[in-house]
Amino acid sequence: MQFWVIQTLNSLALGGLLFLLSSGFSLIFGLMRIANLTHGALFMLGAYIGVTILKFIPNLWVAALLGGLAVAAFGGLVERFILRRLPGNVLGQVLVTLGISFIIADLCLILWGGDPIPVPTPQALQKPLVVAGVSFPPYRLVVLALAIVVALALYLLMERTRLGAMIRAGIDGMQMARAVGIPVSRLFTTVFCLGAALAGAGGILGGPILSAYPGLDADMLPLALIVVILGGVGSLVGAFVGSFIVGFVYTFGVALAPDLAYVILFLPMIFVIAFRPRGLFGRAGA
Amino acid sequence: MSRTSWIVLALALVAVPWVAGEFYVNLSSQILIAAIFAASLNLLVGYGGLPSLGHASYLGVAAYVSAWLSLKFGLGHWITAPAALAATTLMACVFGWVALRATGLGFLMITLALSQVLWGLGYRWVSVTNGDNGLSSLTRPAPFGISLESAMAFYYFALIVTVASIWLMSRLVASPFGASLRGTRDQARRMAALGHDVWRIRWLTFVYASFGGAVSGLLYVYYHKYIHPTSLSLTSSAEALLGVIAGGAGTLAGPIVGAGIVLVLKNYASAYIERWNMLLGFVFLAIILFMPDGVVPGLRRAWARLRGDKA
Repeated sequence: MQFWVIQTLNSLALGGLLFLLSSGFSLIFGLMRIANLTHGALFMLGAYIGVTILKFIPNLWVAALLGGLAVAAFGGLVERFILRRLPGNVLGQVLVTLGISFIIADLCLILWGGDPIPVPTPQALQKPLVVAGVSFPPYRLVVLALAIVVALALYLLMERTRLGAMIRAGIDGMQMARAVGIPVSRLFTTVFCLGAALAGAGGILGGPILSAYPGLDADMLPLALIVVILGGVGSLVGAFVGSFIVGFVYTFGVALAPDLAYVILFLPMIFVIAFRPRGLFGRAGA
Repeated sequence: MSRTSWIVLALALVAVPWVAGEFYVNLSSQILIAAIFAASLNLLVGYGGLPSLGHASYLGVAAYVSAWLSLKFGLGHWITAPAALAATTLMACVFGWVALRATGLGFLMITLALSQVLWGLGYRWVSVTNGDNGLSSLTRPAPFGISLESAMAFYYFALIVTVASIWLMSRLVASPFGASLRGTRDQARRMAALGHDVWRIRWLTFVYASFGGAVSGLLYVYYHKYIHPTSLSLTSSAEALLGVIAGGAGTLAGPIVGAGIVLVLKNYASAYIERWNMLLGFVFLAIILFMPDGVVPGLRRAWARLRGDKA
């Protein structure tokens, strides 16, 4: 019983983290047609920046907020000064983001060293919650709740605000959006910063579960890609559902068949691609 | 290229072990291996317009299968080599089927995800891959009883395999199949309207390119006598793709030159600094921002201008 409860909570928490990571990736892809391969590195950068902020302000929530902002600023610079110079060059943009992710990864190794840095769970959430003889680690529930709040906020942003309407217009038809006077260029920067902020904040919120270590980027990026391939690019609902599928499959895979967890991860992806190449919630032409 | 320049090139390649020291002979062998690898990737990226970020899978899997079979069952090279090539090609049949459900960025993301799965497997499936320690104490084959232990012997072996592989690839590109492949890259819809099976052309190219990757994987594991999960990593795929693009995708010589540049850079850089990944990242930025269509087309353009001015 305890095993199943813990693993379920772990799956939900990992799913929540993956949603923070992949929703930004999916939005950026949907709007800008850029497969942003720095996303894993931004997640790791967020975790490391958070570690440093925690030294001065020992509050995880503040660290997540500041870390997210810092990573958003970095993302904005990348978009403005590098991606902006390669309009229409799809392969070039992907490779540039890949190059930047190598630079970030090496920079983190120089600045924070090669040893994993554990991130302490906030004091108030350290004590396990005991219900009916089964103990729950509360931090994981909080991560899940946060992810759901972010998902709702993103949904409202996309469906109920002017900004969201402009983003949706850009995703559906870039040229038309430009023609009717939507500032698509500014939109690109906004969405890129938003995606980077979510990834960065996700990195530090994931700290108490995953800790910050070199290689975190390479571990997270494929999971995010699989989420997006499963859910369909440009779809928030897809990212949400995909995140929890991958969260469960990966967590239980690691727990039950540690050697082959990666292969098990691969099965739902093949299954979905075989029957719905554009992903569960992907739209035709997206 | 004219006949004289071919002869000069051939003589230069044959002469390497006689004029260069052992370090350079070994470096040349590595360049040959990287050249096959990049040229096979170029079939997909340059001629097929299919940007793969998972080509290291085929190099790595062929190397691992060959190493594992010989360590686990003590099989000789005459059986491990074809078995590794066959297993890798079979895997490519499946991977190609999955990845080619999409094109463009979708294809890139699927190939990347698939290869990261294999990379994770390389680290975690310790009972087979020995995890982070890699598989070591491997041997080089001795074709017709000739030992390949010396740098010179291995260089000639690699040279023969490279020339044969590149020749086969150039035949493919020059064939009607190659023409239809370029057609699917430039005008997929028109090719379909003309009655070509676009998907099948792409899939066959994917399998063929992966076979080339597997050949370079065998040479790779023979050369190093060791295999580690890093050869399955994204860095490894990215280095090859950088070589293709730096040299000029869709030209026959480009990726070979590009792969050589990347490898030499890596060798010299690692002698002075530890930060190869960071350097690789900056090289990526520099090439894509300042030399987007590669070194070979750039030089060829300059050459044509020069000749045009003279005439």
